[in-house]
Amino acid sequence: MAATQFRIWRQDGAEGEGGYRDYTTEVTEGMVVLDAVHQIQAESANDLAVRWNCKAGKCGSCSAEVNGNPRLMCMTRMSDLPADRPVTVEPMRAFPVIRDLVCDVSWNYEVKKKIEPFEPRPPDAEDGTWRIAQEDVERVQEFRKCIECFLCQDVCHVLRDHHLHDEFVGPRFFVYNAALEMHPLDTRDRLASLKRDEGIGYCNITKCCTKVCPEHITITDNAIIPLKERVVSEFYDPLKKLFRVFSGGSRA
Amino acid sequence: MEQTPYEYDVLVVGAGGAGLRAAIEASAAGASCGVICKSLLGKAHTVMAEGGMAAAIGNVDERDDWKVHVTDTLRGGQYLSNPKMAEIHAKEAPARALELEAWGALFDRTKDGRILQRNFGGHRYPRLAHVGDRTGLEMIRTLQDHGIHRGIDFHMEYTVFRLLLDDGRVSGALAYDRERGRFRVYRAKSVVLATGGIGRAFKITSNSWEYTGDGHALAYDAGADLIDMEFVQFHPTGMVWPPSVRGILVTEGVRGEGGILLNSDGERFMFDDIPPLYKDQTADSAEEGWRYVVGDRDARRPPELLTRDHVARCIVDQIKAGKGSPHGGVYLDIAWIKEKISSSEEHIRKKLPSMYHQFKELAGLDITKEQMEVGPTTHYVMGGVRVDAESQMSSVPGLFAAGECAAGLHGANRLGGNSLSDLLVFGKRAGEYAAAFASEQGDVRLDEAAASAAVKEALEPLEREGGEGPYQIQHELQDLMQEKVGIVRIESELEEAIDEIGRLSDRARAVSAPGNREYNPGWHTALDLHPLLVVSEAVARAGLMRRESRGAQFRDDYPRKDEHFGKVIIRVARGADGEMVVEETPVEPMSDELTRLVEEMG
Repeated sequence: MAATQFRIWRQDGAEGEGGYRDYTTEVTEGMVVLDAVHQIQAESANDLAVRWNCKAGKCGSCSAEVNGNPRLMCMTRMSDLPADRPVTVEPMRAFPVIRDLVCDVSWNYEVKKKIEPFEPRPPDAEDGTWRIAQEDVERVQEFRKCIECFLCQDVCHVLRDHHLHDEFVGPRFFVYNAALEMHPLDTRDRLASLKRDEGIGYCNITKCCTKVCPEHITITDNAIIPLKERVVSEFYDPLKKLFRVFSGGSRA
Repeated sequence: MEQTPYEYDVLVVGAGGAGLRAAIEASAAGASCGVICKSLLGKAHTVMAEGGMAAAIGNVDERDDWKVHVTDTLRGGQYLSNPKMAEIHAKEAPARALELEAWGALFDRTKDGRILQRNFGGHRYPRLAHVGDRTGLEMIRTLQDHGIHRGIDFHMEYTVFRLLLDDGRVSGALAYDRERGRFRVYRAKSVVLATGGIGRAFKITSNSWEYTGDGHALAYDAGADLIDMEFVQFHPTGMVWPPSVRGILVTEGVRGEGGILLNSDGERFMFDDIPPLYKDQTADSAEEGWRYVVGDRDARRPPELLTRDHVARCIVDQIKAGKGSPHGGVYLDIAWIKEKISSSEEHIRKKLPSMYHQFKELAGLDITKEQMEVGPTTHYVMGGVRVDAESQMSSVPGLFAAGECAAGLHGANRLGGNSLSDLLVFGKRAGEYAAAFASEQGDVRLDEAAASAAVKEALEPLEREGGEGPYQIQHELQDLMQEKVGIVRIESELEEAIDEIGRLSDRARAVSAPGNREYNPGWHTALDLHPLLVVSEAVARAGLMRRESRGAQFRDDYPRKDEHFGKVIIRVARGADGEMVVEETPVEPMSDELTRLVEEMG
């Protein structure tokens, strides 16, 4: 048992002025940051707003910035934080605050709607099913692990600092594109929209997203870079360009 | 009301597997469709499902078919299930699984490239289609992503707190949004409830804050029947240490992959108590159990894969006998398979990746090397809204229910893996029949007076000053249910619990939850108290009436099965005076064909 100091961001509604408020609560063995926030909510701040669900790192609801680092509060153990200074908890900064630790992530849901949906090739077998090798399943499993916590979006400087939300879909949706593009059954082509509408060129591979992913998805190396390469070979390959000129295509 | 009502043919309440599948079907039938979810889209409890979905596709063992699946389900439910639902479920689950694949879900594969199926408790053959131990995530994301391209409206972070009726027929719902605290009216020709479970009525649970029995209480308040409410599934393996993670689920898949249960003396105690109903299907030795795990078709399954009700009780018995682990559980060991497999550590990480992470990150424990400590956790409610087997319509015209908040499929105990398939099979049917009902019916009238009165009532905790806080009542209720209506029950304690729930209900009507309307968790907790208290009372009263031990209900004062109670289910409904009415009603009859099957399969 140890009394621990917290500095938690409080803000009254989207337009309200926000600021840190100090709280103290007893931290016991095995506690995670979300436990401490709930304890503070029950003890001294009944109306402290925090979004959470599964408390097991599987739903991606309790994203926040703990001591300045984008984290799932339910997977951040108190024992891993320095004990000699207050623990700072604030909402994700790349999205508008609704109240306290809760922010408006609806933009992400709108972006997803615009991405070309999955469309399978015709079934392989007479019974209407497909034959897929386990290794082809495993190739995209990494991307399909994504729990949509949006921490990668939070930390991406194209969104966080440059606010290019209208031109750039962010790491989460490059992972989503990669899952679809590398899906063993998918038939659609998303390269033109990746280049034109989704702004993949803005990513300058600083790998900040990969560092914060709680599912340990190698976002930059395994999703973004391969997609960038595909876009380059589709639109900047001189032979393909020539081919397009002669065939009258104008995809680029 | 601040805004004009939303209007839909079909309104779906809940966006887990059942709600999403219902919405997809309703919109495919041409109905306009709205979905209300209590949290953000894709965060519902389906996302937590780990093991897989049961569907007798027969890819791993071709002896499997719907006939074996239905008899497994009926046996697991101790013959209290609605046999027609069990039959529909077993017949349609394979098509629902394959359809998911056509929508982009990727399951693990067999060597010849078909969907791989794994062993699970109570299933005779390997039957669960799965993706490692994150099948639920794959399923909810597939449905969510399929759904967003179909013109379905999603209302995220809205909570429905009242159904509206028009002359006995459902006409819509009343909700508040968490983000801004506004009220919204929904007018709908049919409503599908898909709100999941009631786990938050208990202290130790694998369920998140959302699972307060909303759909159960909404249906009950609207006059629908609830059944089987005494049957609450305590999953045998929840985490017990550290305290803050107590109750978080440890998938049955650990045991499916060869994990064994041990007491503090290192004894594999599950071999000591095998119920007669399962004697012929259970391994005689550790050696036979392992052969089953690695796919020997002549081997019988290890006793760790007996049904959840039984395994949970055996664990409780060990703890009571002083043979528990230091933190009040028993040991679950998967690391031991290193004796059998040379690359066991890699194998475990691959087969159970999220369990590996969960223990590593929350308990600082490496499951490839060390034993886990586990104990029972409230996981699922078999009871819920009584529905027609074909259409999923409740006794209230136009009101449908699917998934965990509906009842009938699982009887006295649910088999692992039968929930994900339940969601898809009956979610689809609910959507289909709700759309048909809407197209056949004329417009409904909104009862504005009832809506205004309900809104006024919902605002009271926010406006009331000096009352008790809602958390206090919630915590007292959870302690009470855990202590007196939990895994082992007895008449005197159930009676005490019912009295205490009455007192808590009185206190709940006088709570204060001051603050703003925007994202005010105290206010939301105050509004969740009503459904929590309704379902708690229903569980306690139904448990009191069933004077026997069967499936998930264990009565210390009636420790055996009773022939009479094998023929009845307990119905709970709201009486004319507002009091809860509880009565016995006959089990749904079984068709001759099913009766024959059950006899043949033993």
